[in-house]
Amino acid sequence: MVALIPYITLAWLVPAFPLVGFLITSLAKSKLKHNQAGIIASTMVALSFITSVFLFFILNSSGQDSATLTLFNWVSAGDLKIPFAFLIDHLSLVMMLIITGIGALIHIYSIGYMHDDERVNSFFAQMNLFTFSMLLLVMGANYLILFIGWEGVGFCSYLLIGFWFKNPAFNYAARKAFVMNRIGDLGFILGIILLFFTFKSVSFNEVFAQAATLQSGAPILTLITLLLLVGAVGKSAQIPLFTWLPDAMAGPTPVSALIHAATMVTAGIYMIARSSILYNLAPITSNVMIVLGLTTAIITAIVGLRQNDIKKVLAYSTVSQLGYMFLALGLGAYSAAIFHVTTHAFFKALLFLGAGSIIHAMGGEQDIRKMGGLRSKMPITFLTFLIATIAISGIPPFSGFFSKDLILTKAFETSPWLYAFALGGALITCFYMFRLFYLVFFGAQRLSSAHPHESPRVMTVPLMILSVLSLFGGFLNIPALFGGDSGFENFLHKAVTSKESGEIHSATEIGLIMVSLSLLGIIIALAYRTYVKKSTVPAADGAPSSLIARIVANKFYLDEIFAALIEKPFGRLSDFLFKSVEVKVLDSAVDGVGTLTSRLGNLVRRLQQGNISFYLFAMVAGILLFIIFILIV
Amino acid sequence: MIFLFYLLSTIMIVCALLVVFSKNPINNVIYLIMCFIAMAGHYILLNAQFLAVVHIIVYTGAIMVLFLFVIMLLNLNKAIIIRKSTVTRVSAVVTGGIFFLVLLAATRQTFEIDAKYPFNSEIGLVSGIGKTLFSEFLLPFEISSILFISAMVGAMMFGKKDA
Amino acid sequence: MKELSSAIQLIPLENYIFLSVALFSIGMMGVLFRRNTIAILMCLELMFNSVNLLLTAFSAYHSDPAGQVFVFFIMIVAAAEVAVGLSIVVMMKRNVDSIDINLLNRLKW
Repeated sequence: MVALIPYITLAWLVPAFPLVGFLITSLAKSKLKHNQAGIIASTMVALSFITSVFLFFILNSSGQDSATLTLFNWVSAGDLKIPFAFLIDHLSLVMMLIITGIGALIHIYSIGYMHDDERVNSFFAQMNLFTFSMLLLVMGANYLILFIGWEGVGFCSYLLIGFWFKNPAFNYAARKAFVMNRIGDLGFILGIILLFFTFKSVSFNEVFAQAATLQSGAPILTLITLLLLVGAVGKSAQIPLFTWLPDAMAGPTPVSALIHAATMVTAGIYMIARSSILYNLAPITSNVMIVLGLTTAIITAIVGLRQNDIKKVLAYSTVSQLGYMFLALGLGAYSAAIFHVTTHAFFKALLFLGAGSIIHAMGGEQDIRKMGGLRSKMPITFLTFLIATIAISGIPPFSGFFSKDLILTKAFETSPWLYAFALGGALITCFYMFRLFYLVFFGAQRLSSAHPHESPRVMTVPLMILSVLSLFGGFLNIPALFGGDSGFENFLHKAVTSKESGEIHSATEIGLIMVSLSLLGIIIALAYRTYVKKSTVPAADGAPSSLIARIVANKFYLDEIFAALIEKPFGRLSDFLFKSVEVKVLDSAVDGVGTLTSRLGNLVRRLQQGNISFYLFAMVAGILLFIIFILIV
Repeated sequence: MIFLFYLLSTIMIVCALLVVFSKNPINNVIYLIMCFIAMAGHYILLNAQFLAVVHIIVYTGAIMVLFLFVIMLLNLNKAIIIRKSTVTRVSAVVTGGIFFLVLLAATRQTFEIDAKYPFNSEIGLVSGIGKTLFSEFLLPFEISSILFISAMVGAMMFGKKDA
Repeated sequence: MKELSSAIQLIPLENYIFLSVALFSIGMMGVLFRRNTIAILMCLELMFNSVNLLLTAFSAYHSDPAGQVFVFFIMIVAAAEVAVGLSIVVMMKRNVDSIDINLLNRLKW
């Protein structure tokens, strides 16, 4: 198919660059000298970022909404015709820009962070493959290509989380991530099959065109959307499948940044936003998403309060922010969700890279109780981390404010209760982020053995770029309230169909913002008083604490509940199958076949005595039998 | 003429049985030669003169002489006492009988076939066979020379002293 | 010649079938009956010839020279077979000093 927009065919270059990078770095793994792999990988991602920007301007100037680029016919069997095609529209362009832009910064940062690792070449190969899969995911023009990227991302995350595979705990974490993703994938692939079954196509355009004619709330649509939601819940780490994400911190910090900020976890959000037409027609699923998102946002925020590992805190905040995105999706504010994905990508990447910088400086120490007083030692990291913390807390004019406020407003339009809960979650987020911030940067240094120092420029420059983005990223979408034109939302409206919602009075809106701002101020002051003035340090792990504190610190015992509800019965079932079914039935059956064969062999062996005259007799008997058989039949 | 057929047939059957049951290899060979000569008579009866001549030359002239040579070479001309067990011999005879009956049953359907074509006395002559052989069957005929060469090489390989 | 050829019409075809089947059975019985390898080879010749006779009879009754050409080829194969077979017998005699077929019991391996 000839694309209507000139130069849009260049879109294939976007995923091609990281793929080439992956091939080079993985094939020439042993040949590449120090840093070369990192430079190649970063260049490739940067090139595809430049291509994405180019595509962005092309699409904008063309005045068209989307372009489909068919590379080749991939599957053609009976009714099933699936071209290997890319869909370039505003939604996928936004995602491509985030992935390649943030991805490029993270790649560059990794050059410094992974400098001393002996498997640095494999690291960059896997990072490139990860980027490639994610690009495939967002660029695919049908659900099957999306699924390839989906699985590719899952696989690469497994590789990268378990990158330091010599540590069994890290391996366990990688496995956990993989298995939990698989649970979601099962729902996802069932959803795709059902989609094909219903619409006889998996291409976005055809499915949406047909779905638009269906009745709202049709049971088949509800079922499809619920199944797809299961996939999104697994990939985007919502309750109950979220526990893999905090454990995924086992990987190197840039990997966490890549997984949390630019790729992987946003895949679920993207997929639902992409299927917005289907979800608009399935109110039940939307309600489920609201409940799931809000519960996740609040519960994980509470858990985040008691975490002492710097990366774990950030991980729980990611899950919590993803909850907000799901809330927005459930409310039908798809563009708000994508906007939050964008700003979240900015400040979460910044937070993780900053955390990486801190860990790097502390010589691998991740416990915030042992940090402190890093403000003067690491000024750049301090400043950028501060910007990110303010951004995630939702204080204007930082980027997080705009996106979070958008979601909160949408929540208020639906129900004040939703707003109250969402705001509560945001306040908790603010508290634990500032707790983290104060503990790390203020007070006295608590670990005497470490000699913190500022990170090299290759790491700080990406931090600075990201902090600029975190600062001003929100201006992409200034709401009408502040005299803006909601540019980002309008941009996305061409690609996703958001639900119409009732307008609220601008006075109410301002009032809401005032309420949340004053509460945020109180929270920050509270955190300051607790952790800076009183210099409280969280108790050591073994110290006695109240029941609630213990419940929170152990993430509501969710892992244990999983273990009791799923793992134990499943383990017992496996045990039963192994001890009774396999050993007694299957094994003995297999052994029986072997024994029977060898007994028969023993029996027949006597026939084979090497005597020619006996053979001759046997031959004649055979011919006789044969002729008789022919005569009779 | 049918008398001639029965005469030749009787000679053949008797000689064949003697080949099987007589113990001296030399006698075996002589009975076999008699059997073959009777068969050449059959060929002539069937108007296949060329085959009759070739049969005499190849079988009695070449193959049976080869047998005799080997027997004399290996000094086997005394009666050989080695025998199979009685059970084997009885079962061999029984099997042969059964085989005869079964083959008869199998070929019974062909008994009804009549000579449908006008009889042509020319086909058995040298010219008739030759024309067919060198037109339709030229390639197999040439290839059979390869068979002979390989058989010759094989026989020499086996016959060498320390192969 | 004319007389001979007309004589054939008097002999029914089944007579030849009967004769060659009998010869074949006798040859096969001999193969099973004897232990002397040379005798076994001779019985094989007997079986060959019964087939030859049958082919010739059918050829004559159908006026088709192809059957007789086949007999010719069978003779070629028989000659080659005898040459190889007899050389095997010679080697056997040389190696185990006997031509008893039951001594050839190594086919197990």
